[in-house]
Amino acid sequence: MILSRMPWFLIAQRLGIALLTLIVVSFAVFFATELLPGDVAEILLGQAATPEAVAGLRDAMGLDQPALSRFIGWLIGLLGGDFGTSYVNNMPVAELIGGRLVNSLKLAGLTTLLAVPVALTLGISAAMWRNSIFDRIISMLTISVISVPEFMVATLSVLIFAVWLDWLPALSFGVNVDSWSAILRAYAMPVITLGFVVSAQMIRMTRAAVIETINTPYVEMALLKGASRSRMVLRHALPNALGPIANAVALSLSYLVGGVIIVETIFNYPGVAKLMLDAVSTRDLPLIQSCAMIFCVSYLLLITLADLVAILSNPRLR
Amino acid sequence: MLKTLSFPLRIVSPKTYGYRFSWVGRIGLGVILLWAGLAIFGPALQPYPPGEIVDWDYFGPMSDQFWLGTDYLGRDILSRILMGARYTLGIALASVFLACAAGVILGMVAAVIGGWFDTILSRLLDAFNGIPSLLFGLVVVAAIGSSIPVLIMTLAAIYLPGSYRFARALAVNVNTMDFVTVARARGEGTPYLIAREIFPNILGPVLADLGLRFVFIVLVLSGLSFLGLGVQPPYADWGALVRENIEGLSLGAPAVVFPSLAIASLTISVNMFIDNLPTKIRDRS
Amino acid sequence: MTKPLVSVCDLKIGAVSDAGRKIEIIKGVSFDIAPGEIVALIGESGSGKTTIALSLMGHTRTGCAINGGTIRLGDHDVTAMSEGQRAQIRGTEVSYVPQSAAAAFNPSQKIMDQVIEIAAIHQLMPRAQAEDKAIELFRALALPDAQTIGSRYPHQVSGGQLQRLSAAMALIGDPKLVIFDEPTTALDVTTQIEVLRAFRSVMQKGAIAGVYVSHDLAVVAQIADRIVVLKGGEIQEVGTAEQILKSPSHPYTQQLLQAFDPVPHVPVSFAKSERFPPILQVSDLCAGYGPVKNSAPAAKILKNVNFTLERGKNLGVIGESGSGKSTLARAISGILPPYRGHVMVDGYEQPGALAQRTKEQLRRAQIVFQLADTALNPAQSVGAILGRPLTFYHGMTGRAREARVIELLDMVRLPAAIRHRLPSELSGGQKQRINLARALAADPVLILCDEITSALDTVVAAAIIDLLKELQRELQLSYLFISHDLSTVEAICDDVLVMYKGEVVEALPAHQMSRDATHPYSRLLVSSVPKLDTGWLSGLEQDPELVARFANR
Repeated sequence: MILSRMPWFLIAQRLGIALLTLIVVSFAVFFATELLPGDVAEILLGQAATPEAVAGLRDAMGLDQPALSRFIGWLIGLLGGDFGTSYVNNMPVAELIGGRLVNSLKLAGLTTLLAVPVALTLGISAAMWRNSIFDRIISMLTISVISVPEFMVATLSVLIFAVWLDWLPALSFGVNVDSWSAILRAYAMPVITLGFVVSAQMIRMTRAAVIETINTPYVEMALLKGASRSRMVLRHALPNALGPIANAVALSLSYLVGGVIIVETIFNYPGVAKLMLDAVSTRDLPLIQSCAMIFCVSYLLLITLADLVAILSNPRLR
Repeated sequence: MLKTLSFPLRIVSPKTYGYRFSWVGRIGLGVILLWAGLAIFGPALQPYPPGEIVDWDYFGPMSDQFWLGTDYLGRDILSRILMGARYTLGIALASVFLACAAGVILGMVAAVIGGWFDTILSRLLDAFNGIPSLLFGLVVVAAIGSSIPVLIMTLAAIYLPGSYRFARALAVNVNTMDFVTVARARGEGTPYLIAREIFPNILGPVLADLGLRFVFIVLVLSGLSFLGLGVQPPYADWGALVRENIEGLSLGAPAVVFPSLAIASLTISVNMFIDNLPTKIRDRS
Repeated sequence: MTKPLVSVCDLKIGAVSDAGRKIEIIKGVSFDIAPGEIVALIGESGSGKTTIALSLMGHTRTGCAINGGTIRLGDHDVTAMSEGQRAQIRGTEVSYVPQSAAAAFNPSQKIMDQVIEIAAIHQLMPRAQAEDKAIELFRALALPDAQTIGSRYPHQVSGGQLQRLSAAMALIGDPKLVIFDEPTTALDVTTQIEVLRAFRSVMQKGAIAGVYVSHDLAVVAQIADRIVVLKGGEIQEVGTAEQILKSPSHPYTQQLLQAFDPVPHVPVSFAKSERFPPILQVSDLCAGYGPVKNSAPAAKILKNVNFTLERGKNLGVIGESGSGKSTLARAISGILPPYRGHVMVDGYEQPGALAQRTKEQLRRAQIVFQLADTALNPAQSVGAILGRPLTFYHGMTGRAREARVIELLDMVRLPAAIRHRLPSELSGGQKQRINLARALAADPVLILCDEITSALDTVVAAAIIDLLKELQRELQLSYLFISHDLSTVEAICDDVLVMYKGEVVEALPAHQMSRDATHPYSRLLVSSVPKLDTGWLSGLEQDPELVARFANR
């Protein structure tokens, strides 16, 4: 067999690509934020910006060094867990992010737990009963959800659940969350919103992946062996659609990264995205860079994971 | 080289093949054309100047005077939506054409030339794809400041890698076909191969992809505007209209409902239209 | 007479085209199959043979539907059954052997699980018993490693083995009827024999009735008791195999048989004015794929190929899949630059890479590919396809070019009006003629024909061969004719090269090929070509040692 066919080689290759991508991405993040207008030292000093003070601060912050050496220094710092110090309130970035990251992960985790099983079930059943009324309804619903901006899904759910039905509080944080029902109520709105957005994508892609394998000769062969529809789909189509489905799940979940920015803003949820948005308005460079890196890393992690699942689920590569 | 062709290219159209076109697709196309018309003739149709406060009440209801109500300052919502149509459609169209033109050309060149050029370009753009789109928009727009050219360029940059990847995959498939090999064996150069042998055969799927990307661009643009980073006041695209009037949400004011409906109607129609294109056009590869 | 096992009566199947038009693809077909009898459905592509065969299982492909008539299978009225009831008889009463076993096996399941799946679906027997039965069938089908082959994945066994495994899969539920859908079409001739033998022996042993769908009369003659000849969804003739072969009554059947008779090639003699250099001289040619290391690619395909093709002669290159015969055409045409060796066309050295060749050098040798479907740009009209080489090589434009396009169409016996059509609006034979006309547009001295008749129906292919001969007389062309089919090569070539694993193992005049071939592989190849004789397979004896050495089983 040719060397590239070997799974370990492929896995190593994927990991290598992910690492390479990460470096390119960090490069992009660093230099994009460098484009932020205005001299940081001047902004920080504000009214007290005498030329001497600005020069002193620039020197102290290392802003006079060439961008490339600052980039490398920053990258090395990141590897060692040093995210730098916030310009605005002089706290270590790691400390600022810590609690917020846990909040965001909670939100993402809950959404994943809710959305993935629902979306896979709906996507697979839509494919199984293709062109039925059920399939058409699912298809109309998902196309509507992916066609509207996240903020509309969010405002709609506020309108429905908080304003009209009065089941849930619209802006939940700040209220105490010590009982289970309170936690449930607090998370319900953001999770519902994100869940809708994420699962719509996932349903569509899962359905497409399963239908593609249903159209193969070996599934027709199963039909000619007398297999039932569910056997055809579950035993023959699904195992071969695993790779594409994993990809669909990863891509949809990576959508969380974008969706979370809007959702945290609307619901005033204290997560990383909200933190980053605030950092953008105060031009807090180290904070923006670190937040952006967190998003990019989680995105890459998901995509790479899906790639690995695809490789391992294929017996020709195993 | 191309002007000497007396046999015109025949691009596959529904008419030449007698495809069936479902009613869902037709409705989609109708709504798209309606919005295009409204965006073009908007200024002539506006009942009031979009920037002028014409009502003493804010979040006014729908009435004979103000068909779609008034906004948080008492401006006419219908006029503002018609103005917003120009921004939303204009910016999105410009970006999608930029992204797809660049992506498709680069994709075809990479597929035909192959080798190092292809490898490096693909890896680079893939890596770029690893940055979440809204995040990228957020950082860049925050960095350079929001203006319409910046928005167009940013949105185009966000969707270029995807368009490249899509076009390249299609072109790679066509490139392995025997008719391309025959042309190559005849001694044809890369420009001819791309323009005459490959492009006409990926046009259908590329146009469908352009439509889907248009939807995503409208969504990201609206998202940016919603965060206050899109079109700046006193002008506003649809996303910005929603942001301006979000206070009216708890009142169920038409000022927040109608701009949202405008976005949804456009994007859903495009999706419905693309989804119901005959499969032969959508994925001919 | 006993009650027939299958009786098809006035079967009508309709389909809906892309444009939404309804068309009838099976127009009232009736025939019977007795228990234990094997009936062949024979016809060209589009004759509806596979559609009929699948309808016996109550299955129609997407877009098709049974519109009328009845199909009875044993005590069941297949046409009146619900989908659930049909699932009940599939695998137990009637089962299916597909054309491409490689595609019909689920790539993510082990072979054994798939072979005994019918037993599991219909709960026929416990798993252990089913596995024993499968192993027994593997032995009966002469599969190697019968005990362990089931624990492999489909991609780990060869094509010929997969085809036999798919027969085991069909037989596990003891069906009364087995449908074979062109099961050997995708196989090499040397592999085909073993598969055919295996099929025949298990069917005879179990006295199982069969439907054998094929386009190849010689293959069908070996296995079928009766033959049904189909064309355009209608039955043309039904008879015993012997009767169809010896005394066909319908003109279409006669035409089919005629296409089989090799018309011996008459060498063309040109007016000799002076001594010409050979049209094509290949010396020490080596080519391959993959990354180049030490000035040789990783996968070496062609190894030191030498031959000479004289003006006005035709050279056949024959070999099975993987023999490197297509690579030879690609290396000569410059599509795959050789890494060593020389190609001389018309006495001039031809540089290896396309980019180094002048237009004049490119023009002299033209290549024609097997699949006209992929060789013609679907987005260009026939006129544009033929016009481009005229502009490119001869600088023709406007009227002159249009006139030449019409001339070229006339040369390949097509009407002038066809130049306004798109390739998708043409038949397979018409497409291949356009494909040929495009090569002629360059005014070449040599045409490299890569399996150009292999994808065509027998009658259409015979017409293309006739056309090639006529063109040769008119235009003083030479052909390098690549094929896997010995009789086609005999019909058009003066000399034959036999290729095996990238090497020329034997070269000799075409008319001596069948008799005088000496290399063991050539002999194996010659003896493996099915003959139009019902007793051929039974009487055939091949040296097992030879088979083991050369056949890709």
